[in-house]
Amino acid sequence: MRKVALFVAFLFVGAFLLLGVADMRPFGEPQIADMDDYYIANTQREVAVNNVVTAVVFDYRGFDTLGEATVLFAAVVGILALFRKPREDER
Amino acid sequence: MKNNGMSIIVRTVTRFVYGLIILFGFYVIMHGHLSPGGGFQGGAVVASAFALLLVAFGSTGLKGRLNLHWLQTMEEVGALSFLALAFLGIGTAFFYNLFANSGGFLFGASVPTGSNAGVFAAGGLVPLMNWAVGLKVMTGIAAIVIIMLVGSRKEETE
Amino acid sequence: MNIGNLPFVVAALLVLFGLYTFLFKRNLIKLVIGITLIETGVNLFLVTLGYRTDGISPIYTFAPEAQKMVLPTPQALTLTSIVIGLATTALLLSFAVFIHRHYGTLDVRKVKELKG
Repeated sequence: MRKVALFVAFLFVGAFLLLGVADMRPFGEPQIADMDDYYIANTQREVAVNNVVTAVVFDYRGFDTLGEATVLFAAVVGILALFRKPREDER
Repeated sequence: MKNNGMSIIVRTVTRFVYGLIILFGFYVIMHGHLSPGGGFQGGAVVASAFALLLVAFGSTGLKGRLNLHWLQTMEEVGALSFLALAFLGIGTAFFYNLFANSGGFLFGASVPTGSNAGVFAAGGLVPLMNWAVGLKVMTGIAAIVIIMLVGSRKEETE
Repeated sequence: MNIGNLPFVVAALLVLFGLYTFLFKRNLIKLVIGITLIETGVNLFLVTLGYRTDGISPIYTFAPEAQKMVLPTPQALTLTSIVIGLATTALLLSFAVFIHRHYGTLDVRKVKELKG
């Protein structure tokens, strides 16, 4: 019974996803691209970098990279804390 | 002590290959502002070389070569240097690219507009940030891989 | 629906497979695989949103002259998303290791009985 209900819910969500995808705007024609056109046109003048993606990652949107670095740091510290061997007085 | 690495074929090939993988990773980091790649990708490539070493030689054969405390310290150094580079331009704004187009010796050159062959000494803070993030990612992923293999292996044999 | 929308369909199918794993699988490792499937679908959707027909990658080094470039921002954010996904996957897998060590099983139905 539970499985049937879950399967109905799954079909419902899947139908919504596929219907939404079918109504998506056509592939290969992004309509709002003003910001990206600005990046493409001005990266070489402003940042003096050939790779626009690197310029976006490290210069225009540096805050995102900072947050991402924080997440990676937190994950590494969390894993190290999990696998740490307990000291003798803690056992 | 029993070595839990793989066969001699894998170990020999690994000895030939891992230096080249690390070299390629440093190349990807170094040319992050000119070609596809950057700090994250190059760091992941270098960390894959560490993972290959770990798989080939086993957790016991690698003891003493890669120190976990050293790896964690280098990761923190990478994160802090990235933050410090971001703070360099605080006079104008956070993450302001201080050195770009400055004409100075630290990546201060300008690049011509449009398709060109690439100017290595350009980009200001971007190549330096590539190095910081590359150091952070390579040591971070290497620490994750090592502690997940070594830590889970040790508990079973105790 | 035209055939040009196929990349969107593939992204939606990847998300659906991950959702199927969430709903019908009990093994923790399989749940982690489902999370990574959803992640891959979202990444593919992001990259797909920024594609321009016949566009080249947004890198000026030896680029062909006077051609459109694809949008750089979705690619940059996908890069961020991939690294975050790697970190969360590693954390989830180490939690799975510890749950197996503590309960002796990876079945989520047996894990929910409190023990110890």
